[in-house]
Amino acid sequence: MELTRRDAVAALSALGLGGTLAGCVAPPGSEPVAVEHLRETLIAAAEVVYPSAVSGIEPFVAAFLEGRLADRAHVAGLDEAVAELDGNARVWYDAEFAALSVADREQVLRNVGADDADEDPSGTASERVRYYVVNDLLLALYASPTGGELVGLENPQGHAGGIGTYQRGPNA
Amino acid sequence: MSWDRAPAGSAASGADGDADRTPVANADVCVIGAGPAGGIVADRLAEAGREVVILEAGPRFDPDERLARQERAIRPAYDRPDVWDGDPERDAYKSTGERFYPLNHARARGVGGSTLHWQGMVMRLHEDDFDSASVRGVGADWPIDYADLQPYYAAAERELGVAGAADNPFAPPREEPHPMPAFPPSYSDSLFAAACDELEIAMHSVPNARNSEGYDGRSACVGYGTCQPVCPSGAKYDATVHVERAERKGATVIDHAPVQRLEHGPDAIEAAVYATPDGESHRQSADAFVIACGGVETPRLLLLSASSHYPDGLANSSGLVGRYFMDHLFAGTGGVLDEPTRQNHVGFLTSESHQFYDEADAEQAPFKLEFFNYDGPSPVELALTGDDWGDDLLERLRSDYGSHIGMGGLVEQLPREDSYVGLDHSTTDDHGNPVPNVHWTVGDRALETIERVNEVQERILDELGAEITWQVGPEGTGPAYHHMGTTRMGSAPTESVVGPDLRTHDLENCWIASSSVFPTAGAMNPTLTIAALALKAADHVLETMSSIR
Repeated sequence: MELTRRDAVAALSALGLGGTLAGCVAPPGSEPVAVEHLRETLIAAAEVVYPSAVSGIEPFVAAFLEGRLADRAHVAGLDEAVAELDGNARVWYDAEFAALSVADREQVLRNVGADDADEDPSGTASERVRYYVVNDLLLALYASPTGGELVGLENPQGHAGGIGTYQRGPNA
Repeated sequence: MSWDRAPAGSAASGADGDADRTPVANADVCVIGAGPAGGIVADRLAEAGREVVILEAGPRFDPDERLARQERAIRPAYDRPDVWDGDPERDAYKSTGERFYPLNHARARGVGGSTLHWQGMVMRLHEDDFDSASVRGVGADWPIDYADLQPYYAAAERELGVAGAADNPFAPPREEPHPMPAFPPSYSDSLFAAACDELEIAMHSVPNARNSEGYDGRSACVGYGTCQPVCPSGAKYDATVHVERAERKGATVIDHAPVQRLEHGPDAIEAAVYATPDGESHRQSADAFVIACGGVETPRLLLLSASSHYPDGLANSSGLVGRYFMDHLFAGTGGVLDEPTRQNHVGFLTSESHQFYDEADAEQAPFKLEFFNYDGPSPVELALTGDDWGDDLLERLRSDYGSHIGMGGLVEQLPREDSYVGLDHSTTDDHGNPVPNVHWTVGDRALETIERVNEVQERILDELGAEITWQVGPEGTGPAYHHMGTTRMGSAPTESVVGPDLRTHDLENCWIASSSVFPTAGAMNPTLTIAALALKAADHVLETMSSIR
């Protein structure tokens, strides 16, 4: 199933970001952040944590990252989490996370403990990678219409999908 | 503590340091608490041209941050109190009863009060609920009847905006339709309906304080599915509606202003002493005071205001301030079917049954049945836990979601003197005041009725062909977060704290607008009755003030 612009708008909403796609947004604040690198890394992580049934990952992830960039505290946390992934990738594979194969990226996520960790934006490195990378991506996907439909739910929690679907039967 | 965690949209409710939090000169009425009762009273009194000031202990939340609060509601990093910036030091409490009472999951501090996180179900109490002692042989009679409150119920439904229908054969008499049509039944309601038809159990709609169409300048529900604890669209009523309306009519709201004590003489309150974030203490005087702080903080404030005139607590000549603390007990049963049940599309209920409610007597409590639209896991919440991702995660979500079905129910507990809210002097809050001690005692009638509720639920689910996988019975029951009874209403000053006009027996210029005045609890969600009583209290305040001038 292809992630669409509608899914990206829904993800922005579920992520507390308002729900508009108005073009590029530069992160506020004075410290420079390598936005393109954040985008590449999140897309690379999404290719690991998203199911193989979805396509259109790149524009979807780019769109919700654009919304996240408006929140300086979030960007700072994401930047640190991405540095954590890159650091581990360099140690084990001598390359940045986004440059690795899908299998190696998954191994890096496991190396940093993002699979076992509970998310916590101010926790350990594992918990922060889980929060800012893995769970942010999963929240965006499974709160979107396409993500919900993958599970059998057209209007998942966090998506303002109206009050029609709850009345419908499974074969409607 | 949420501040350590930050992001989730970085929603924050820090005090605006530039805000003017000095007292209002020449105030006619000081309302303490900006929840639904305080908001409605303030709106009515401001409408009548009175100079009104509202003192609210918590913050004023930015409506633009509601999506960020929704994210907190979904993400596992945040506990329920984090959604509305709960502060463990400010909100410290003790629970010492036979059952733990999770107070900070049961309330929200700030403009809007607990309606910020409520479910939004708004039923009227039944006629017999007002005459429990006379009709059921237990509990207490209210000093007013359903007929006395009926016009206020109708007005409250218009004020909150209630979507409902006249399809409930067990409901008390109505004088006019609900302001909006009821939400249509859900697909899972239709599954329940077949079983209930076989068992001759009537189902009917649920009155919701949630817009089924545009109402009062607020949009229709758009289905975010996180009603409890946050509605990002504003389709669910919350008390910011009335607080802001009161402000437009000239009322002043002072937030971050917890009232520390009420200064008083023998017959009247003179001033509310409140703290502000800059460390200052202020004194708000007024001709009349309306305490609208809910069933826990209302008695706490009275107890904190003890004096030589009232050594056991202000307005406490009866010795009953804080006594008779009640909540509704939850009873539930659920399971799985071998077919899709379409749960978790919305966060509210569309069907109930009040069929068994008026069977209540001395042994059986009134109870109602609820048919869930959100039983079982929410896939997005499920996706954020576990050690899997990719195709494995999707397979788990598909396996765990889709076939759950469940029922709930609320059961009345009787008022008991040994169930109370007091002060715990061994622990203090962020201003050095003793914290509330919630000593919750339930009683056998409620626990035995929970067994009866479970039996009915099992019959329905068996008829439906469900495999029952969970049940909340007498052992596991918990509160529905409806705090009631701690400044009970009655005619006799020796047996109650306020009279039928909601004015305290002891003080001529002090009214209480809150579920704390309920003499008995019934088994209906209390907010519509709170709103109706708030409208009644406002009328009495105006009558009294008019007669003085």
